Amino acid sequence: MKNIIQHINKLFDHRVRLGIMSALMVNESVDFNTLKDLLGVTDGNLASHLKALEKVAYININKSFVDKKPNTKYSTTQLGSLEFKKHIAALERIINNQT
Amino acid sequence: MRFKVLFIMTQKDYLKDISEIKEIMNRSTRFISLSGLSGILAGTYALVGGFIAYKLLVGYGYGDGDGSMLPLGILELVLIGIAIIIALLSIVTAFFLTKRKAKKNNEKIWTPASKQLFSSFFIPMITGGIFILLLIHRGYYGLIAPTTLVFYGLALVNASKYTLSQVKYLGLLEVALGLLSLYFFGNGLLFWVVGFGGLHIVYGALMYFKMEKGK
Repeated sequence: MKNIIQHINKLFDHRVRLGIMSALMVNESVDFNTLKDLLGVTDGNLASHLKALEKVAYININKSFVDKKPNTKYSTTQLGSLEFKKHIAALERIINNQT
Repeated sequence: MRFKVLFIMTQKDYLKDISEIKEIMNRSTRFISLSGLSGILAGTYALVGGFIAYKLLVGYGYGDGDGSMLPLGILELVLIGIAIIIALLSIVTAFFLTKRKAKKNNEKIWTPASKQLFSSFFIPMITGGIFILLLIHRGYYGLIAPTTLVFYGLALVNASKYTLSQVKYLGLLEVALGLLSLYFFGNGLLFWVVGFGGLHIVYGALMYFKMEKGK
């Protein structure tokens, strides 16, 4: 049991962080409001999870202004996408092991 | 025993994780609320328009029988007018039905994915439109039907990356029809009616019964 879940990344073991990474993996970049709509979470909740992912350098933050309004875009770092792929592979192993 | 129950529970959670990952990846890159019903309606407009055009053309030796003879210059304008009206009606219908479906699906209509869909569809379409206006300007009337079908098909293939993947097959069929209509030159109207009328109705009906009626 321990052996099987050792590659599970604890950081991705949360719905919102998993959702953020999923969206960023398949897009060049995604802005804050799009992420919010996509995942159906509050501003504060999303911001705290983004911060957690930024802290471990899994995502990049790119702040700019569009029509004088702040527009923050997020994208995965190389490390982040590597870790995410490892996590998915681990999930697959667990599922395959028991069917 | 307890251990096993625990394991099955976590396994279920991970399965849920995987399906959620897939769902978000899809939703963040594809706009899926395209209405099948609008395809059926667009096809119907094309059939009606094609029938009117056929009636107008009969007098000029297209098909058999005799119809009214309009002066050539006016006939040209009328035919272009019919085509533009069909295109506009189809776009307006698609827009409103898609908006309705998006509302039902709780999907916003103006998302990064739908913007991508819009631009990847209209860049080939506008290029094709200008190309055809230039063909008309130069008098290559026989090339209009093949060119419309080919450009429309390529626009669909291009846009299919950002919506239901089946749109790609509709696009490829339109391209094939366009090429065939150039090979069997002189039957442009027939191919045009099959491509814009027949294919849209068949595709729209398939999508409608598969996705909308079940819900």
